[in-house]
Formats: sequence, structure tokens, C-alpha cells
Amino acid sequence: MGPAVIETKDLRKKFGDVAAVDGVDLRVEKGEILGLLGPNGAGKTTTTKILITLLRPDSGSASVLGIDVTSRPDEVRRRLGYVPQELTADVYLTGTENLRLFAALYGVPPAERDRRIADALALVALEGHEGKLVRTYSGGMRKKLDIACGLLHRPDVVFLDEPSLGLDVASRRAVWDHVLGLKASGVTVFLCTNGMDEAERLCDRIAILDRGKVVATDTPAELKRGLGGDVVTVTPEPSGDGELSRLDAAVRALPFVKSTKADGNGALLVYVERNETALPRVIDAARAAGVGVGSLSYSQPHLDDVFLKHTGARFDEVERKAAAAAAAKKRRR
Amino acid sequence: MSATTALLARRLHRLKREPFNVTFTLSQPLIWLLLYSNLMRKATLPGAEGVPYPTFMLAGVIAFTVFGNSLAGGIPVLFDKENGFLTRLLAAPIPRSSILLSQFAYVSMLTVAQVLLITGLGALVLGARIETGVPGLVAILAISTLLGLGLTVLSLALAFSLHGHGEFFAIIGFAGLPLLFLSSALVPLETMPDWMKFAAWLNPMTHGTNAIRSLVIRGWEWGTLLLSIGVIAAFDVVFLALGLRALRKRLA
Repeated sequence: MGPAVIETKDLRKKFGDVAAVDGVDLRVEKGEILGLLGPNGAGKTTTTKILITLLRPDSGSASVLGIDVTSRPDEVRRRLGYVPQELTADVYLTGTENLRLFAALYGVPPAERDRRIADALALVALEGHEGKLVRTYSGGMRKKLDIACGLLHRPDVVFLDEPSLGLDVASRRAVWDHVLGLKASGVTVFLCTNGMDEAERLCDRIAILDRGKVVATDTPAELKRGLGGDVVTVTPEPSGDGELSRLDAAVRALPFVKSTKADGNGALLVYVERNETALPRVIDAARAAGVGVGSLSYSQPHLDDVFLKHTGARFDEVERKAAAAAAAKKRRR
Repeated sequence: MSATTALLARRLHRLKREPFNVTFTLSQPLIWLLLYSNLMRKATLPGAEGVPYPTFMLAGVIAFTVFGNSLAGGIPVLFDKENGFLTRLLAAPIPRSSILLSQFAYVSMLTVAQVLLITGLGALVLGARIETGVPGLVAILAISTLLGLGLTVLSLALAFSLHGHGEFFAIIGFAGLPLLFLSSALVPLETMPDWMKFAAWLNPMTHGTNAIRSLVIRGWEWGTLLLSIGVIAAFDVVFLALGLRALRKRLA
């Protein structure tokens, strides 16, 4: 392993009695996209704020590009790019005026400014729109401009907070392509997200955060494999307990079957090693045992199932509860 | 270009995109001057006998304008905070002071433009001339900026500390008119009951008004000027200390 681009060790931060970050260890390698996933209140925002030097941890250490974030925050700020989840470009300014503002804030040399602005515009495919007021931009264009503003100083690592939140499908795909383009140019990306499809599509590795702790870190494929493999769901026809048990005995004899389970609705769940020939061979085994097959489906576990396993709740369910709790809290205030 | 200049340029760029906003902001004090001057035309004011009311009012309107601009100074930052721009600024390698300095510079430029407009039109339309002439006008601009310094920092500290713009506007709205009435801006302190006189003396608007009024209607009264400027500077020190303490918590 080379030197980590982002590293935290036993990071902790409390707000009052609540441990928002409760011993987080993270390691992000050069050139990878790491996704930080977790429900609201899991500690994603607090962890990110510590890394981008906006919050001081109570204990533990955090470094970006080998620089300690608490003792040398200015150096860290110079070298990271940060794009918040809100649309932040000033709508009363043109695209160019926004970009020039960020070039000045990040101390981009004047001689290089215009070239870097042109490069950033090209990277997010906004050429030709830079002279227009941002007020006239679509949400997708504003997000792209926000990303461009965060790249002018050529950061080695970029923090993206919910980059495709609230965007339409086309803009979302465009933003994802730009993020992958960043990675291709050697930039390390730290991605905070609530979107399972976004995490799956972009991330080399995913860290799942729950109640201030990292509960799982791995590639999306490994995380899903950890669930016990792909699932073949077979419903016998006619259906009955006798058919189910004969089917069960037949498929268990197949070499690629890991385990089986009745789903309680007349179907048998057959957990298998990933296998292209699983379906025909399950059908053959059923026929050989004299069981008719009414319906059959093959599914691969979704990241949502991984989330379910590690945090004990469906992802969108957690989100809904968190939103309801936040709304209730607001009403009480 | 320094961060302060860049952030100031951003505010100025916005001005040219919001011509209506600028027109209303700049002309607001003229409306005050016109309305108050006519409202109180026939009043005789102890301590200012023989002075036409528009001339008397000029200093009050200037001080009130400085208050309005400075206390509103935190509003753009408040909105930057709510839409995430401020987080972005704080993650950038800029001196924290540039956020405050750029906003103070912006508020001061607005105040200078308004004071020039009020004094110019006050002289032309209402005949409210400044006794001390152009050097007096320069002194008035300096006093206005000094008066605005502490108040702007206080407003920025409020913007950083409060939960949202609702609370901010509630506080500013609550404080605005009482601050005006509890000051020498509209009438001399001599006309007030003792408790109001006392409260008004604790209001920096009174001291700003007194200093500017002496320059407008009487001339170079060094005693009055130094006392008022001293009190304003003392308020600045207190407000800066309070404000910077609140800001340091947010700008770690």
C-alpha cells in the first residue's frame, strides 16, 4: 500500500451527549473513488467537515494528502477541492464571473487563470454557456459549474457531497461521467452519498457508516457477495409442501447451490454461486424430480440489501424516519 | 487579486444585475429626509432655535442610514450561509478576516454613496447646507464609516450565530425603530424625559448624530466632535470584541 490520500484513525466528535463520530477509521488510496454511505445522522457530514477543516475532532487523527487537518488546516485547504450538496454558484453572476471568483480565492496565478477556466469548462461540458448569467442555467448546469469552480486549483483530492441530488436523469448521468473523468485524470474522490445507484456506479470502495461507526468497508461487489450470493426464486406448479420438499432435495444436490430457504409464500429461495447456467440446471433438476416449474427468477443482491444487513433497516426507510424526526424536531423548536 | 477584493467584486457585480434593488436602497434615505423634514416643519426645537428642520434632520437621517446599512450588513452572509456558499468559502484557503473585511468595505461604499446623495440633494432641494463645507463632508463620511464598523461586525456575528434568517429579521425589525426614537436623530435630547435621555445616551446613533449635526449646523466644535467620536470608538471596541468572539466560534 502506498501513502493514503485520506486517513483517519479513531476519529471522534461529540455534540453534547451525542457521539456523531464514534471512532472512525478510514483509508482512501490515491486515485480511487471512496463512497461514504449512511443514513442521516450516521456521521457522514461530521466526518466530511472534519476532513475539509471545518470542524475540529475531539480526539483521533485525520490527514489529507499526509497533512494533519487540525494542525495545518490552511495547507489542506489549498490542496483539496470541495463541492457542497447545495447549488452554490452565485446566480447574479455569469459562469465566468463565478469561476474567476474561485480562481482568486484559491490563488490561481493570473497568467494561468483563463486557461484553467477553459479547461474546467471543457471538463464539465459547459463551453459556450460561461458568459450567461447563472440565473438562466438549469439545475444540472449549475451543479456542473459548482464542480468546475472546485477544480480550478487542480486539487489532488475532491470532496463531493451528494453530487447528483435533485438532478434529472440526464444531468445525473452527465455529472457521474464528469466524476469518472476526474478519477481518470488521477484525482482521488471522496463521495458522500445517499444514492445507492450513484454509489454502485461510481465507487471503487464503499464505507458504510452507522451511528458514528464504520460498519463495513469494501468494493460494492465484495459487499454484495458477503450477503450469500445470488438468488434463484422457484415457484413449483402445482404448488404444495410435497413439491417444495422434493424440489428442495433436488436443488441441494447441485454443486453450485449454497443453501435454500422457503420464503413462506410458496416459493423456494435458492442461494447460488454466481453462475450463468444456474437457471437451466435448476429447471433440469426440478424436472428430474418430477416437479413442475411455475415461475422462476434470478436476482443479484442490491446494495440496498447490504445496507439492510449492516444498519438493520432498509435504506429509504431510514431516510424517511430521519426526515420525519428532523421535521418533528423543527416543529418543537 | 486578494480574497477580500474578490469577495467585494462579487458583491459589486451583483449590484449591476439588481438595478431596482440599488435604486430603492439608494433613494430610501432621501424619502426619510423629505418626509421627516416636512412632518416636523413647524416644530420648534430647544437647542436648535432658528435652524430650519431639514438642516437639523440631515445629521439624523445620515446616522439612521448608517445604522440601516450596517445592521443589514450580515444579510448577504446569512443567505450565503443558508445556501452553502459560506461552507465553501470556509473550506477555501482564504484568511477568515476577508469575509468580514469584504462585507465591511461593501457596506461602507454603500453608506458613502448614500451620504453623498443625501447631502447633495439636501443642499440643492431642501437648502440644508453644511456649515463646515467640503472638509466637513469628508469628516461626516469618516464618522459614518467609524459608526458603521462595530454595527456591521455585530450584524455579521448575528448572521453567523442565529439559526436562520427568520430570527435575524425578527431581531433587526424589533430593534430598528426603537433605536431611531431613542436617539437624537429626530429631536434634541433636551426634549426627552430623563429615562429616554439616558437610554438615548447609550445609543451610538445619538453620538453619530451629535457629531455630524455639529458639523452641519454649527462648525468645528472640537469638544463635541472628540467626545462623540470617542464614545463611538468605545462602542466599536465593545461591538468588535463581542462580534469577533461570536465569529471565532463559527470560523474555527
